[in-house]
Amino acid sequence: MDFLSYFIIVPLLTVLGIIVSRNDKQAKWTAAIGMSIQLVLAAVLVFRYLAERKAGNMAEFLFYHDYLWFPALNIRYTVGVDGISVAMVALTSLVIFTGIFASWEVKFQFREFFATLILLATGVFGFFICTDLFTMFLFYELAVLPMYLLIGIWGSGPKEYSAMKLTLMLMGGSALLLVGLIGLYFHSAPDGGPYTFNFIEISKVQIPIQMQYFLFPMTFVGFGILGALFPLHTWSPDGHSSAPTAVSMLHAGVLMKLGGYGCFRVAMFLMPEAAHDLSWIFLILTTISVVYGAFGAIMQKDLKYINAYSSVSHCGLVLFALLMMNETAINGAIMQMVSHGIMTALFFALIGMIYGRTHTRIIDEMGGLMRVIPFLAVAYVIAGLASLGLPGFSGFVAEMTVFVGSWQNTGTFYRVATVIACASIVITAVYILRVVGILLQGPVREPWYHQFTDATWYERISVGFLIAGIAGIGIAPLWLSNMITNSLGPIMDRLNMISFIH
Amino acid sequence: MRIEDFLLMRHEILLTLVTVILLVLEIFLHDDRKQVIRHWAIVLMTLVTVAGFLSLPEGTLFGGMYQTSQLHQLMKNILNIGALVVFIQGAKWLNLEANRNKVSEFYLLILCTLIGMNFMVSSGDFLMFYLGLELATIPIAAMAAFDKLSNKSSEAGIKLILSSALSSGIMLYGISMVYGTTGSIYFEQVSQLYAGSSLQVLAFIFFFTGMAFKISMVPFHLWTADVYEGAPVNVTSYLSVVSKGAALFIFSIILVTAFRFISPLWQNVIWVISVLTMTIGNLFAIRQNNLKRFLAFSSISQAGFILLGVIAGTQLGMATVVYYVLVYIFSNLGAFGVVAAVSNATGGKENMDDYVGFYRTNPKLALTMMLAMFSLAGIPPVAGFFGKFFLFLAVAEQGYYWLLTIAVLNTIISLYYYLLIVKAMFLTKSEDAIGRFRSDNYTRLGLAICIAGMVIVGFASPIFDYIKSLSFGL
Repeated sequence: MDFLSYFIIVPLLTVLGIIVSRNDKQAKWTAAIGMSIQLVLAAVLVFRYLAERKAGNMAEFLFYHDYLWFPALNIRYTVGVDGISVAMVALTSLVIFTGIFASWEVKFQFREFFATLILLATGVFGFFICTDLFTMFLFYELAVLPMYLLIGIWGSGPKEYSAMKLTLMLMGGSALLLVGLIGLYFHSAPDGGPYTFNFIEISKVQIPIQMQYFLFPMTFVGFGILGALFPLHTWSPDGHSSAPTAVSMLHAGVLMKLGGYGCFRVAMFLMPEAAHDLSWIFLILTTISVVYGAFGAIMQKDLKYINAYSSVSHCGLVLFALLMMNETAINGAIMQMVSHGIMTALFFALIGMIYGRTHTRIIDEMGGLMRVIPFLAVAYVIAGLASLGLPGFSGFVAEMTVFVGSWQNTGTFYRVATVIACASIVITAVYILRVVGILLQGPVREPWYHQFTDATWYERISVGFLIAGIAGIGIAPLWLSNMITNSLGPIMDRLNMISFIH
Repeated sequence: MRIEDFLLMRHEILLTLVTVILLVLEIFLHDDRKQVIRHWAIVLMTLVTVAGFLSLPEGTLFGGMYQTSQLHQLMKNILNIGALVVFIQGAKWLNLEANRNKVSEFYLLILCTLIGMNFMVSSGDFLMFYLGLELATIPIAAMAAFDKLSNKSSEAGIKLILSSALSSGIMLYGISMVYGTTGSIYFEQVSQLYAGSSLQVLAFIFFFTGMAFKISMVPFHLWTADVYEGAPVNVTSYLSVVSKGAALFIFSIILVTAFRFISPLWQNVIWVISVLTMTIGNLFAIRQNNLKRFLAFSSISQAGFILLGVIAGTQLGMATVVYYVLVYIFSNLGAFGVVAAVSNATGGKENMDDYVGFYRTNPKLALTMMLAMFSLAGIPPVAGFFGKFFLFLAVAEQGYYWLLTIAVLNTIISLYYYLLIVKAMFLTKSEDAIGRFRSDNYTRLGLAICIAGMVIVGFASPIFDYIKSLSFGL
């Protein structure tokens, strides 16, 4: 068995272990141990990847393995990673690991919860390591559908409505995606020969431009729905606010990145001509996403809604940067995915922990938390500062790179879009600081707040690891940035070729 | 004709043999011991199913009326598997007080229709096709009216027999016009002489209409929901799966043999019909509360999806049709198996409201139902995903991208109503959920086969490769 497949096997075995475990305690520890192994595996992957690259292995995808699955259709199970997928895998394992500890106290149908949650994570891991569109799509759907049960059973508020809305919208996206992928498949072999779903091979052929105009929007919108592309982002606030803590963390932290990753890896990489010609439409939409999400967050009173809208804004920025289509901006987009993934997971984890104590998420009903639960309050401030892009945290590095990259495009249209998107930084500061002010500062709101206990050991593990991630990227961004830049070669070659022709 | 040639008809002969054995048992067994027939029937059917997989030469009989090839045998084996699962699932139901005196009737009638379907699938000319079709249809009407004391069941029987008589009449008219314009009823010869004169087009339309009744394509679907609701669950499951599967098999064979030279015509016709069938089946399914009606409309829309493979008309298209029917047998029988188990244990609860909170009391059945729903909706990792994906591939290969787009949007609508059941079972809490009950071993075995099928048929790629290697197209 090849190294990468362990990223699918370990979670699956964990799910199996949870199902056969005798009681909740066993299930809990099975999940924790399984996901710790996964985190270690991810660390090993990062080091092995860096070592290989240092040793001069310039292959496009490392640890590449290819198994024939359906010979009749030339469908393969192919795994391989480049720097971008390594970053995504590392992000996912960090978020799921901390997610397990953040939901240590789920009471109701505990085993089912963890089994479904880890099944979802399996889908995400599979999506990031596969290089075959068929298996990617399979894992994509596997990652989306458990959300229905997770939100519907363990959620809060109008959970059935949110669960159905989220599932249908995301599956609607995957339906469009399906058309796109099948279209790519049938144009993967222009000189005869067997068709293929392998995107590395599809990237080597020229897809007819008329077909690209049809397939690119399908694929981009299909993935874009998951990346909260305006106006198809409406599942996100409802879904995130109804979801239980760990699910919000995983969904906002990782699952939304599937959208960005897919837009980049499939839509833009395989159809650069259409991406070049049609990017302006989506650039307008993503600019709206960025600003609209930020304004939306200002208007909300519920902590989870604030964070959900801020996710719309930040994920919009990812797509925005991708569509700028130059090396710096795309690098920034990937950095933003990692940074936002960790940051938003931290936010949702903290919101869950605060809600567990105060039993409300409405900011006006709370106050003075800094005095009663200092650890969590400080962590919240850190997350907030990272979110508004304070230097020293990951958010700054990512957004800086994004806007420097965007400014490199000289057209008036790009300049205007960049300026508008930049404004979101200020708006972000408004809602973050407002929340911090009301929620944490001031006098203690209710007398019984004094009985609160500060973070327990499992909450500290969860929060600690995430803060370490944010600060780690913020202080030493270069290893990540280099890892991503080294892998941008193939797509930049393709994009540059286009702009050279035009 | 040599005696060995008869061996080509092994499937039909074996099924006839089983029928005779069961008849003899029925005659000689005392009324109190009729229950033994259930075990006999299941064991014999298992043997027949296994024997069907032994290799057999290809060939034709009766001067081309009857033809058999590896593909035909595979189709018959798939039908056998479906019937076997229906046999197993029916065992509990036949043990109920009301049905004790008519155990053998159930099995005999199914076997008769199965023989008919086998002949129909193997037919080499329109005559044999028509004979098989009638043999496959008329006993089903008797089965639909199986609950003699229930008005709805009798109504279902009458509706089925009337509508199938009408459709047979229309189809026979079409076939007679085929003969009138070409002078032949053999598929091979017809295909050579079929150039598409207006009378021939009319003949095709009539033939098509008849088939559309059998497969319950929109707008010829109106009998379906009432019959499915009225008939007992186990009969409905047979009707919706095996019977429909057989009709789809022969339909796709005839289209690419007899009508191969007017393929643009039937591709256009089915394009429209399949969009209607998917969409209308889906939209009506949303509003249903009775699970049998619900599954009836869902099966209409499923037929719409299967037609995608038929439209393609290629080797891949036929392979995906056969493959999807196999997947569909396991998925739909899984769903019907749960409905039957619940209906038997609770004395006829068949509404979606009754399933509220089902997971808390009967988790295993609820999980089976969820898997079946996911498989029907086409969600990984169950086989339905692979089945639908391949159907989509088949239709896209021919460049029908708009049809593909409509189809994928329809899968989202279908996902909505399949999720409604999941929602009732898992999400909604209820005080008066169906109580915990234990299923008997036959019910469990039947559901276990379905689950195994749903999981294995998807991931085990040799199955699809084997089907593809046998299939043929235009």
